[in-house]
Amino acid sequence: MILRYGIKLVTVTKSNPENVGTKVSLGGVRGGPDVKTLRKDIWWLPQVASGIGLALFVIYATWTAFRNGNYYDGAHGRDYLSPFYSPCLASNCTYKTASVLGTWWKLSPALPILIFPAGFRATCYYYRKAYYKSYWLSPPACGVAEPHKTYSGETKLPLILNNIHRYFWYFAVVFAIILTWDAVAAFRFGNSVGMGLGTLVFIVNAALIWLYTLSCHACRHLCGGHVDQFSKAKIRHWFWKKVSVLNPHHMLFAWLSLVWIGVTDFYVYLVASGTIHDPRFF
Amino acid sequence: MADLVVRLWRGDENGGEFIEFKIPAQEGEVVLDVVHRIQATLAPDLAVRWNCKAGKCGSCSAEINGRPRLMCMTRVNQLPEGEPIVITPLKTFPIIRDLVTDVSFNFEMLKKVPGFKPKPREADGTYRMYTEDVERGQEFRKCIECFLCQDVCHVIRDHEENKEHYAGPRLFVRYADLEMNPLDTNDRRQLLVEKMGLGYCNITKCCTEVCPEHIHITDNAIIPLKERVVDDRYDPIAWLGKKIFRKSKKVETDAK
Repeated sequence: MILRYGIKLVTVTKSNPENVGTKVSLGGVRGGPDVKTLRKDIWWLPQVASGIGLALFVIYATWTAFRNGNYYDGAHGRDYLSPFYSPCLASNCTYKTASVLGTWWKLSPALPILIFPAGFRATCYYYRKAYYKSYWLSPPACGVAEPHKTYSGETKLPLILNNIHRYFWYFAVVFAIILTWDAVAAFRFGNSVGMGLGTLVFIVNAALIWLYTLSCHACRHLCGGHVDQFSKAKIRHWFWKKVSVLNPHHMLFAWLSLVWIGVTDFYVYLVASGTIHDPRFF
Repeated sequence: MADLVVRLWRGDENGGEFIEFKIPAQEGEVVLDVVHRIQATLAPDLAVRWNCKAGKCGSCSAEINGRPRLMCMTRVNQLPEGEPIVITPLKTFPIIRDLVTDVSFNFEMLKKVPGFKPKPREADGTYRMYTEDVERGQEFRKCIECFLCQDVCHVIRDHEENKEHYAGPRLFVRYADLEMNPLDTNDRRQLLVEKMGLGYCNITKCCTEVCPEHIHITDNAIIPLKERVVDDRYDPIAWLGKKIFRKSKKVETDAK
């Protein structure tokens, strides 16, 4: 029975089972005006801000990755290694963490290691949201129509590769440990122990990297999110609860750690190039 | 108090237009109150779906100034003063008339969710659930099925063709609730990827933004489901661990 406005009246009884499991209602005429959006607030501002922020970081990171100099300050009695160059694995490093790559590597030693933190951030659930909205306009904002005619999301190459985020997380933990060691090493002043402004910069850097790494959604899943019955997995439940406290702030930690890693590198650059003097507290 | 200017979409499947109403403002009103006053005084044939006026039935979903919201939970004094209040029907679903849309798509997708299949009872004939086992799913059961999340999701809002193979955020909340249930024995991950379009979600969090029940749809339902799919499909370590240490759940591959 068809009523007004295309509403179909269906009575489901045992005698007419063909009405059970009707197909999903597709098509139909949509209401409302045919416009991109009716929003009048400044919906574009967060996307423009994060788009500019990410672009500035990529420009800075590219410059610092290729500059291949002034990334380690050992000349002024300090032990500051830029996080962009840590661990330094090539023989052409000013300060070698371990000569894993050997002498054949002639390019900047930052390049082979930056693949891992770059991959971790590129596949991060927060950054995905940011670049899908800011650069791909998919969508430009909530309730604002996207310009693309078709959409397949993360079902095809290359975006399906975002599913390997957890592998980058495994490496991210290793990098967080290394950057923590760098913060400890920043207390080394020649043959004595001390603390300078740079030491503080390195400590904040390591702390923010840990907060970003531990608040990750993949971490939350691996720590305990995969468990259905928490009563039989007490330790994983404890970890899951702790990570769940950090997880809602993942965006904040993503930005803070991104900015601060740039600040740390630039500080090392300024000190190593002799542009500024690193003040020593004790 | 100054008059309110309300721009309402009026029409049906044959077309429509904005009609502007000017009515006196009253203190403490929500948008649904204003719409009811328009219906009572200026447009008695205005179609609007509502029920509880308390943000619990999910009936009065609409788009207010371009944002999907419950009319009963949107206070007039929270909207920009001196500007017209623009009210339109949900964009993602077919129009019936004025502010009423046909949301049956969501119920049809709900029918396809493989149901709860509990494991056998314990020796004393009971099921045992501890607080920590039930608390995670409580959030999901707050859903009032207003379908604002479905409406704002660009996967179907901007691409009608995706409705054939995309369940949408509300349904992912339901899937997450079932998948995380300690008693349930079904495994819906293959179904989620192959027929329910979990991979289409690009985690823009619009669903979370509009949820009137403040369910963390993306963080607590969709991303955990995506990670469970990674366990199943893209992580050989997790796959190996599952083979060695755990019995697999029954794989539910077909939508009903």
